[in-house]
Amino acid sequence: MEVLELARWQFGITTVYHFLMVPLTIGLSLLVAGMQTAWVRTGNERYYKMTKFWGKLLLINFAMGVVTGIVQEFQFGMAWSAYSRFVGDVFGAPLAMEGIVAFFVESTFLGLWIFGWDKLPKKVHLACAWAFSLATMASAYFILAANSWMQHPVGIEMHEGRPRLTSIWAVLTNNTVLAAFPHTIAGAFAVSAAFLVGIAAWHLYRKSEEERVWRSSLKLGTWVGVVAFAALSISGDLQGKLMFEQQPMKMAAAEALCHTEQPASFSVFAVGDVTRPDCENVKSITVPALLSFLAHNDFSSEVKGIQDLVPMYQEKYGEFYPVDERLGELSGKPIDYVPALPVTYWGFRLMIGFGAISAGLGVFMLWLTRKNRTPTGWWFPVLGLAGIATPFLANSAGWIFTEMGRQPFVVVPNPSGVDGVWMFTAQAVSQATVGEILTSLIALTTVYTVLAVVEFYLIRKYVRGGIPGVLPQKTDDGALAFAY
Amino acid sequence: METLWFVLIAVLWLGYLFLEGFDFGVGMLLPVLGRDNTERRVMINTIGPVWDGNEVWLIVAIGATFAAFPGWYAALLSAAYLPLTLFLIALIGRGVAFDYRGKVDNPRWRKAWDFTIVAGSWIATLCVGLLISTTVLGLPIDANGDRVGSPFAAIRLDTVIGALAFAGYALVHGAVFTALKTEGEIRERARRVALTLAPVALLPLVALLAIVAGLWAAVVVAILGLAMWRLAADRDGQSFALMGLAIAATVTILFGSLYPNVLPSTLNDAWSLTVANTASSPYTLQVITWVAGFGTPAVLVYQGWTYWVFRKRIGVKHIPAAH
Repeated sequence: MEVLELARWQFGITTVYHFLMVPLTIGLSLLVAGMQTAWVRTGNERYYKMTKFWGKLLLINFAMGVVTGIVQEFQFGMAWSAYSRFVGDVFGAPLAMEGIVAFFVESTFLGLWIFGWDKLPKKVHLACAWAFSLATMASAYFILAANSWMQHPVGIEMHEGRPRLTSIWAVLTNNTVLAAFPHTIAGAFAVSAAFLVGIAAWHLYRKSEEERVWRSSLKLGTWVGVVAFAALSISGDLQGKLMFEQQPMKMAAAEALCHTEQPASFSVFAVGDVTRPDCENVKSITVPALLSFLAHNDFSSEVKGIQDLVPMYQEKYGEFYPVDERLGELSGKPIDYVPALPVTYWGFRLMIGFGAISAGLGVFMLWLTRKNRTPTGWWFPVLGLAGIATPFLANSAGWIFTEMGRQPFVVVPNPSGVDGVWMFTAQAVSQATVGEILTSLIALTTVYTVLAVVEFYLIRKYVRGGIPGVLPQKTDDGALAFAY
Repeated sequence: METLWFVLIAVLWLGYLFLEGFDFGVGMLLPVLGRDNTERRVMINTIGPVWDGNEVWLIVAIGATFAAFPGWYAALLSAAYLPLTLFLIALIGRGVAFDYRGKVDNPRWRKAWDFTIVAGSWIATLCVGLLISTTVLGLPIDANGDRVGSPFAAIRLDTVIGALAFAGYALVHGAVFTALKTEGEIRERARRVALTLAPVALLPLVALLAIVAGLWAAVVVAILGLAMWRLAADRDGQSFALMGLAIAATVTILFGSLYPNVLPSTLNDAWSLTVANTASSPYTLQVITWVAGFGTPAVLVYQGWTYWVFRKRIGVKHIPAAH
């Protein structure tokens, strides 16, 4: 194995894993802050119990999101030092801002919230919940701005062979991040909504204590879910249209569209191997002209196919990698501009598919539990709990699609941007040894696996424990519990 | 502007070493100062609300290095790849352990997480020491800033002394902090341990400073001596403040002697990374200066407020069963 390949696997594994925790943290933080607000405003104990229960699950998950996030910040320098040198002038700024503006607030106020239940006035304590919840959103914005810059570099000039920042405002208002942020946040709420619905459905089915708590949680979850999926489709459509413009190859790869079509049909499902050169032989169920509409809001527009895009890319960005020993076996070799088609084609479909299943389940749950009904069949909690997995899978598939779809670039050239600002993934990796990256890949994967088991066990335990498991105990002298 | 950011990054490291220094120390001393589960819970609760906020100083120090000196960030982190991998794993384990330890009422469960806290704190603080002494003492890097030679190039006698230096400091600092934040038997024990350990534990720090800056080490020795004297005189707060002053002096000496380099090349002086040849453009530095200018004072205010909220000493009687 080559360093490049290993470093990519490591980045993929650690990032996908990190992003299992993050959306749940973002969505649940804000929902818990909302529950606590309801409690502080109405004094209704039901909302207090909701805050405590979902807050506990939030904390179990939060810790994992935080610690796996540290790896991300170090990884750019450790494994991708050539990348870090090339883009540091632009890419470092949003990361530093994320730390100063978001992480400090998040960690400090989370600590105050956990330990401050009986130490702070009610409203101050509530403000802490809002502070860390909003900070999680802010941190998402900065890191998405950084990612969006890699997808669509703006606000720069070329200076001594490297992009140099000329406008931070342009980076923070990149149209790519303006579409990616709502899409990601809506995805986070979809995850949290499914989490609420699944767990509340299970408790309702089991007739656990505090029926009203579970009823309210389920209702909250279903409605948040419905709104989140509406937001996901709208923001996803916007993002798609931008991508057709900014990264036509990614979108052609999403469809495994070999030839330019006018009007272009949308492939729903393919039978056969979408890998080249066989993509000619794929039988696919298509909806005529839909792709044209998705790309340009016009059913008769032209959508460029892979075979026409490749020569355009070769002409603009070169046919061969430069001869450079740092590139290893790719040195001087032809550049393959086509992303891994099975990954992009199926990644795109799994994202939409799981998203649609999840949305459908949400609406179905809403209907099942109308007028405070609770279905008595065993399938009701099973459906709810299985439903939790679907938005997670959709999120992962979406990110795998968007990151694999921009290969072979790590910084994708902006078609209307500054000349020369792009970087191939092969050029980005550190001059590390295979042994080093293999060691960290194995070590991190092992630790992550163990922690996944532990987190799952703890969440299961606290879910089963229900409300009595999360209410504070009194000590002998009447002082309230003071611990995590 | 570059110099300002060099100073700011030194300040971020100072904040990190001072703050996380004591929570590392508390973790390292967990089995020594906490004789039973309740005492260990007392110790963890002294840092419970704040350790995560302390750790962000590291995240920001690294993030600011990336933004202000990408060449420094890229060279140092890629060259020290394996020690940093170990560091990350230690931080992961330790961070999760604080949160998960009390979540299952089972002695074996707690024991496993206690072990993770202790091991994680030791390893992490050794790695931080290694990282800082490496950037000060230099690495075999080529003209491009890439490491030449073995993945273990960062591990040498002088950097190992550096690793021990910060571990030793954290050990004593953590004991002083425990004395400051607890009451009863555990507080007495913490004071005794700090005073007993200090002459040995602080030796590597003095050695590191002597290697880097010769007689300047005497300044830190004097401050540390004062800190221990105040501790012996039962003045925990003054002792803790002096420990802070000692790390401030240490960071000033180390980074002061490093400047204008940021990472010297041990192969060729011309290849050393400097403030000038690794800095970002003036515009980028200006942007992050604005953010840091408004952000950092706010951080100091609300982190200070956190310490105020949790200012009370903690004793065994504050801990309920099953934590």
